[in-house]
Amino acid sequence: MAKPNKALIKLPAYQEERIGTQIAEGETIRAARPHVLTDVVTNYCPGCTHGIVNRLVAECIDELGIEGKTVGIAPVGCSVMMYDFFNCDMIEAAHGRAPAVATGVKRVHPENVVFAYQGDGDLASIGTAETVHAATRGEKITVIFINNAIYGMTGGQMAPTSLPNQVTQTSPYGRDVSKVGYPVRISELLATLDGVAYVERVTCDSRQHIMQAKKAIKKAFQNQIDGIGYSLVEVVATCPTNWGMTPLDAFQWLRDNMLPYYPLGVYKDVVADGFATAADAALERAKDCPIAQQKKED
Amino acid sequence: MKGNEVLAEAAMRAGCRFFFGYPITPQTELAAYMAKKLPTIGGTFLQAESEIAAINMVYGAAAAGARVMTSSSSPGVSLKGEGVSYMAGADCPGVIVNVQRGGPGLGGIQPSQSDYFQATRALGHGDFYMPVFAPSTVQEMADLIYDAFDLADEYRTPTMILADGMIGQMMEPVLLPPERDLSTLPAKPWATSGSRMERKHNVINSLYLSPNKLEDTNYERFERYEQIKEKHQRQELMSCDDAQIVVVAFGAASRIARTAVRDARKKGIKAGLLRPITLWPFPTKAIDELCDGGASSFLSVELNMGQMVQDVRLAVNGRASVDFYGRTGGVLPTPEEVLQAIEKVAAGEPVVQSAEPGAVGSLLPHPKHRKSSYERGE
Repeated sequence: MAKPNKALIKLPAYQEERIGTQIAEGETIRAARPHVLTDVVTNYCPGCTHGIVNRLVAECIDELGIEGKTVGIAPVGCSVMMYDFFNCDMIEAAHGRAPAVATGVKRVHPENVVFAYQGDGDLASIGTAETVHAATRGEKITVIFINNAIYGMTGGQMAPTSLPNQVTQTSPYGRDVSKVGYPVRISELLATLDGVAYVERVTCDSRQHIMQAKKAIKKAFQNQIDGIGYSLVEVVATCPTNWGMTPLDAFQWLRDNMLPYYPLGVYKDVVADGFATAADAALERAKDCPIAQQKKED
Repeated sequence: MKGNEVLAEAAMRAGCRFFFGYPITPQTELAAYMAKKLPTIGGTFLQAESEIAAINMVYGAAAAGARVMTSSSSPGVSLKGEGVSYMAGADCPGVIVNVQRGGPGLGGIQPSQSDYFQATRALGHGDFYMPVFAPSTVQEMADLIYDAFDLADEYRTPTMILADGMIGQMMEPVLLPPERDLSTLPAKPWATSGSRMERKHNVINSLYLSPNKLEDTNYERFERYEQIKEKHQRQELMSCDDAQIVVVAFGAASRIARTAVRDARKKGIKAGLLRPITLWPFPTKAIDELCDGGASSFLSVELNMGQMVQDVRLAVNGRASVDFYGRTGGVLPTPEEVLQAIEKVAAGEPVVQSAEPGAVGSLLPHPKHRKSSYERGE
C-alpha cells in the first residue's frame, strides 16, 4: 500500500519510519501509536476526549525523546488506569494528591520529567490545596488538567467546574449557585501565583484546537526540561456519557456553554513576557519589596 | 541532645536525605534540625502545605527509590493515614515518626501513648500493618530509627517510630550511630525513577479492580508480615526470671514502671518488667515464655485508657490474669501509683475499683489516683 499523502497529513518522524512498512503478507502499517503508549485497550467511553489528550501527551513525550526519564502520576477518576496505558514509569496517586506525589518524585530526581494528569474533581476539589501549593512552590512539573465539568468515573456528580444550572446526579435541579456557589476557574486562579511559568486553556473539539492543545502540552513539557517553572494546561473536555449527549452534541454544548465560561487562551507565560524563568518574573513583580530582593548566597 | 534532634540526626546518618513535614508540637525540634542540616548534606527538607501533602510527597519520594521520612504528632498523624495506607498498598518503604500527645481531637501537648491503636492496627483504611518501634530512651531514638529504615527497605513497608512528647523533649547523653555508607543501601529495581529505556517500565500502584488479584497481593503482603512477626519481635526483660507479676510497659511509661518494679522487688514482690520495643509485631513469644516460666499475673501500664492491654490479653490467652493501670491526657503516673497497682495485683485485689464513689467506668483509675503525688501534697 502507498504511504499516506504527506502533503495532507504531517506525520511525526517516529511514525514516518514505521508507516508503510510491510509486516506480513498483505499487512502494511498505515498508522502507528506513539511508542510510549501500550497496546492496552483504554477504559474511556466512546466519544470521550481523554483518549485524544492521552494521545497528545504520548506524542509529546515521543517527540521530545524523554520516555526514559519520564515519570507520570495517574489520578483518581476516569484516567485512574493511565498507568496501564503508558510505557514510561507511572505512579497511581490518591485522589487529588498527584501534585504532592509528583513533588516527591521530582525532588528525588530533578533530572527526570514528571507529569501529573488530573480531572476536575481531582485537581480542583479534593486536591485544590495540593494544586495551589505545588504551583506556588514553582515545582518544576507539568500538569495536564482535564475539565469536563462533571465527575465521570463515579457516574456524573456535580464537579467544582460544573456550570451554573448544569444538571448532574447531585444537582438534579441544576447547579444552584445561590446554594452551592460558583465554578472554579483554575487557569485564572493559578495565573496569579508567582511559581507558575505557564498556564494555557485549550480544548479538543476540532482538528485546529487539537493541534493547539498539542502545542500547549509540548510547551508545558519543554518548560520543565528547561527548568522554567510550573506549567499547567487546562483542556476543556466533554463527557458525552454523563452529559447524556452524543459526542457531536457534546462538542456543540462545549462550544455553546463551556467555552464562554472557560475562555481559551494563554493565562500566563513568563517566557513570552520576557523572563527566563518564573523566578525571574516573581522577582520583578516584587521589585518594591526589599526582603524579596535579597540575594541568596549559595 | 534532645530526643527529637537525635531522631533527625540518626535518620540522616541512616541515609535519609528527604524529609517532608508540617509543623506541630511536640515534634518541632525534629523538623527544625532537618531544615538546618539536610540542605548542607545534599538533602531536601520541604515544609508541605499539610500533613496530607507531606505524606504524599513521602509516597512519591519512596516510589522514586529514596530513603525518606516524615514526622508529626497525634492529630497530624491522623491526616497521614491516607498516604500511609497507599504506601502500604503500593509496597513503598518510608519512616513515619509520631511524637505522641494527648487526644482525642486537638487534645493537649503533653506526653501520651493514646495512639497505640492507631499505630498498631492499621494507620488508614484497608488490610495492613506496619512495624512500630517504641523508644524509651534518647539512645533508642537513635538506634531504632536506623532499624526502622532498614526494616522498611527489607520488607517494602512503611514503618513507624512511636515516641511521645516526654522522650522527644528529653535530653540524655547519646552515642550516635555511624554514618551509613550510602553505597550499601539496598537496590530498588522496582522504583519509578525513569526507565532510561533500559528496562520495562515500573508501576507503583495500589489499585486492583480484580478481587482475586487484590486478594493475591494482600496474601503476599501478609506472608511478609508473618516473616516480620517471626524474625523481628523485640523486647527488653528486667528481673523476669522468677517473676510472678509481669508489668508490661513501653516508651515513657516503661521508665516509670521500671522504678516501680524495682521498688516492688524491695518489698519482696516477685515483679518483673516486659518492655516491648516493637509494638507491632507485639512480642508474643516473650509472653509465651513468661507464661511457661510461671508468671501468673500481667499488669499493663500505659499513658492511655488501656490500649496495649488488649494485645497483652490476646498474647496471654487466659493463661494468667491481666490487669491495667494508666493515666491519660498527658498526665504521667508516679512510680508510687504504679507500685500501688502492683501491690493490688499481688494481693489479688482488682486494680480498678469501679464500685467506689466517683469512679465513672471500670477502666478509670481510682479517684485518689487522679492527682499526682505532687498535687496531693505528698
